[in-house]
Parts: sequence; C-alpha cells; structure tokens
Amino acid sequence: MNENPILRVSTKILFAPIILFGLYVQFHGDFGPGGGFQAGVIVASAFILYSIVFGVNEGKKLFPSNINLFLLALGGLLYGGVGIASMLLGEEFLSYNILGSSPQSGQHIGILLIEFGVGLTVSNVMIALFNAFVSFKSGKNK
Amino acid sequence: MTDILIKNLPILVVLCPLMMSLIVVLIPNIFLSWLLTFASTFVAFIFSILLYQEVQIHSTISYALGNWAPPLGIEYVIDKVSIIPIIIITLIGFLTTIFSSKMMPDEINETSISKVYSLWLLAIAGLIGLVTTGDAFNLFVFLEISSLASVALVAMGAQKDKQALVAAYNYLIIGAVGATLYVIGVGLLYGITGTLNMADLSERVVDLKNNKALIAGFGFMIVGIMVKAAVFPMHIWLPRAYAYAPSAVSVLLAATATKASLYILARILFSVFDIADDLIINTLSYVILPLSIIAMFAGTIMAIYEKDIKRLLAHSSVAQIGYITLAFAIGTKASVAAGFIHMFNHALIKGALFMAITSISFYIQKRVTLSNLSGLGRAMPITFFCFVICSLSLAGLPLTSGFISKLYLIKASISADGLWIAILILFSSALSVIYLWKMIEALWLQKPKKEIIIKENPTIYTSLLIITFLNIYFGLDASFVVDSSIEAAEKLVGVSK
Repeated sequence: MNENPILRVSTKILFAPIILFGLYVQFHGDFGPGGGFQAGVIVASAFILYSIVFGVNEGKKLFPSNINLFLLALGGLLYGGVGIASMLLGEEFLSYNILGSSPQSGQHIGILLIEFGVGLTVSNVMIALFNAFVSFKSGKNK
Repeated sequence: MTDILIKNLPILVVLCPLMMSLIVVLIPNIFLSWLLTFASTFVAFIFSILLYQEVQIHSTISYALGNWAPPLGIEYVIDKVSIIPIIIITLIGFLTTIFSSKMMPDEINETSISKVYSLWLLAIAGLIGLVTTGDAFNLFVFLEISSLASVALVAMGAQKDKQALVAAYNYLIIGAVGATLYVIGVGLLYGITGTLNMADLSERVVDLKNNKALIAGFGFMIVGIMVKAAVFPMHIWLPRAYAYAPSAVSVLLAATATKASLYILARILFSVFDIADDLIINTLSYVILPLSIIAMFAGTIMAIYEKDIKRLLAHSSVAQIGYITLAFAIGTKASVAAGFIHMFNHALIKGALFMAITSISFYIQKRVTLSNLSGLGRAMPITFFCFVICSLSLAGLPLTSGFISKLYLIKASISADGLWIAILILFSSALSVIYLWKMIEALWLQKPKKEIIIKENPTIYTSLLIITFLNIYFGLDASFVVDSSIEAAEKLVGVSK
C-alpha cells in the first residue's frame, strides 16, 4: 500500500487536521458533545492511519511503544492525581469545587484535567491494541 | 493529615492498589515492581485494619465520591458486612504477594513481569472496589475490572502450559455473559425505580411487589452474580482457570475472587431486597438451596476422581462455595453468619492449600499430579506440615478454623429445622476426607520413585506458615470471625430472625 502516491500524500495532509479535530472534540467536551473518550479515539485514528499506510515499523518509529505505554499509564495517573489533589485539599475524592477559586472554576479545571487524562489513556490504549494485533505473528499451525 | 486519611479511607483502600498498578506497569525492574506491589498491598491491608476500627465506632461509613450526595452520586459504603470481605481480600492479597516473589520469575518471562504485577494490583483493586461500592452500576464496573484483569492473569499461564489460553478464553466468555446478565438486571431495576444506589433501591422496591420487570431484573442480577461466584451449574470456568493459571495467581483467585461475588450475592438477596419477601423466600428455597446441595456433592465427587491436584482443589472449591450459598439459602441470622464465617475460613484454607501445592510444583518443576506426589512429604517437611494442617481444616477437624465454620453451619441448620441438611453437610464433609487422604497418603506413606533432595525456600514458606498459623489461631479463638460475622448477619437479615 505504501507505493500508492495518492494514499501517501493524502495521509500526510490529513494527519494534522485529524489530530486538530481530536483536540477540538477533547476541549469542546465541556460545552457540547465530546470529551475524552471520543477525542482519544479520533487522535488514535490519525496514528493508526499512518501505520496502515506506511507500515507498522514506520508507525512505531513515529510513536515508539515505550512512549505509548508511558502515556497510557500517565492518563490514568492524571485522573487519579486530580482526585488525590482534591483529597489533599481537604475535600472528597474527585471533588472539583475545591480546585479553583470559586466552585464553578474548580469544576471547570477538574473536568478539563480528568477528560484530558481519559483522552490520553483512550488514544494510547487504541494505538496499543492496534499494534498488538498487527504485530501478532501466527506461524505455528501444527 | 491523619483526619484526611481517616476521612478518605473508603476510597484510599481501593485507590492504593489501583494507582500503583499504573505506576508498576512502567517499571522494568523485576525486584522494584515486586517491591511496589508488596508495599501497596501492605498499605491496603493497613487501611482495611483502620477501616475495621472505624466501623467499630461508627457502624456505617458512607463516602460520597466527588461530594455528590448519595442517591445521585456514587456512594461507597463500609459497614459491618462489607468489612469482612475487605479484610479477606487485602490480607490474602498481601500474603500472596510475598509468596509470588519467587514464583513469578519462575513462570513468567522477565519482560512481562511488571505487566503481570500491574494486572495483579488491578485485580485486587477491582475486588476491593466490588465490595466497598454502594452503587449497583459502579459495582458492574469493578466486576469487569477484576474479571478482565484475572482473565489476563490466567492467560499468562500459557508461558508454561498452552492449556491456560483455553482456560482464560472460557473464563472470559462465561464471565462476560455473567456480567452482561447482571447489567441487564441493573438496567431493568433502573427502569422501574430510577435509581442505582443500593440503599435507595432497597427502599423503592418495597412498593413494587409482583412487578414483572422487578422479578426479571432480580433474576438477571442473581444469575449474573452466581456465574461470577461459580455457584454449581455455572462453575464450569472455575476448575480450568484455577488449574492452569500461574501459581501465585491460582492462590490469589482461589482465595479471593469468588468470595467477593458471594458477598455481592448476599448483599443483593438480603440488603437490596427484603428477606421477608416471597420472591426472596422462593429463590432461596427453590433455587439456591437445591443448587448448593448438588454443588456440595458434585464438587466433592469430581474432586475424588481427579488426578491433577490443582484441578482437584478447584473442584473442592466448588463444593465449598456450595456450603456458603447453602448457609445463605437457609436464611436465618445464625446461618447467614455461618456463611460469612465459612467465607473467611475458606479463603484461609484454600489459599494455604493452593500455596502448598504450587510450591511443591515449584520445587519439582512439574505439574503436580497424584502419581508424582509420592514420597515428597518427607523431602519437604514444612510444606507438608502446612498442607496436612490445612487439609484437616478443610475436612473440619476440631482445633482448626474449618471446624468452627462447620460447627456454626450445622448448628444453624438444625435450629432452622433442617436436620436433613445438617446430615447432608456431615456426609459431604466425610466424603471430602477421601480426596484429602489420597493426597496425604501419596505425600507421606508412598515410597518415592527416586531419592529427591529439596531445599525449601524461606520466601516461599513464610506466607504459607503465616496462613497456616491463622488457620489454627482462628480454630482456637474464633471470637473475631464469629462476632463480626454475627454482626454482619444482624445487619443483613435483621436481629429478630
């Protein structure tokens, strides 16, 4: 597939807009439909498209597995970290009100960080799943 | 600082292994990842002890996640009932983590060890979350966390025996069906009551007697949980999963996984629904009671004919789960208390037996079957000693914890006019002596095929000795287990019954 110039060029053109759209869905999640889950999948689809067109090895060069694993865990830790921060400030787990100067701004900061954590984890889980399936070697059919 | 700690204990006990699992996955060093796992399970155990003290003072602790008031927000409830499984899970989790330090590198290759420990913590966190939450849907989430993590853990056994993949696949499919049934039930109940909070649910179902959707929802929930708890006809995933999982995983799953689901079963039967309701009385006496009695005998008989020791113990678990559900099915205060007593004691007994058998297979580097056990008892006296003590405990001999649970179970069934149930319990315990004796005979009385010299490893037998000691200790002084179980039963079925 990586011989076809139309695919190669259109993938390179589409790559950045897909991520941009993902970020839009991510940060627009506060006000309208969207949020971490959807945005995570959209961002991951950019990387998955790249791997499909240029091959898995190129895809792994663009986005190495260890960074993938690191970001995957980081998203969850960010989520938990917001919860722990609100506990340390004297409120319950994930009680966002305390995070800002007023309850409204606290809720805003809280949900933004949480959704960012979700987005990070979801996109990296998608990429990790894709890589796991395409790197699977079926050989020993005895 | 301490008041922040005390205030947030119900979430911290779940959060500690959950967050640590995300950190452990990033650590490539085997020892370091074990150490962090060990530390977080230890801290979770300390938290559960602190929670126990808190529960003694406040009786019920309700914790609102994100400060959203309970019926709307997610609520975590720690009361005298849920503290028992929390202590079981954290205690066994802590002991098996010590046990796993030598076992894991033996069975799993270096690159995947930190991931296995991450799953390990995730499974423990899922199980703790399962019992702390007071929200029916949040419960489903934790049910999935714990069972998906344990499926992956079982599949790791494939590095030694490819059968583990089949076992994990079975576990995955049957477990997923169970979880789906549960969530269908929750959906139906949510449809007619408009709430997911268990305490709120229990108030609202009172007005909905004979509502068809309620009955269907209840049925779906119960069957879903019974699949997870491996109650008799839904137990097929269990023997394979326990038999082919990596050693330490078998110990963890056998001792904790079904206990959490059994607790959920009790919670739904007695706490969400009312024991005086016809629906529950009929379910108990026409569904759960007969199934438990069949489980007691079917599990024991399958164990008698089994040659592979890990499978044998797994079949015996099916029978022991039968005792616990039988206790719930009788439905009096004394019998439900007996169920909780046996839940606690069985975790200790099965944990110890699986530890003994898997450490034997570690020493001889083979799967343990009845034929290659012969004479090994003399080569490894400490492991053998613990194995015998815990076998006696499983059979229910005096001075062991197993005796206490059998005693209370039989007393409860006699006082509920179930003399025939008591006789059946005694009969099936007598049958269980057959398979226990087969193993002990092979270990001690048979001549070894060739001279084997085995040096027992202290890191392996330390936790085995601790858990065996607990077996004897709770046989001599059962007041802790018995008192907290009776309090739990009072909370569930009411003082009068």
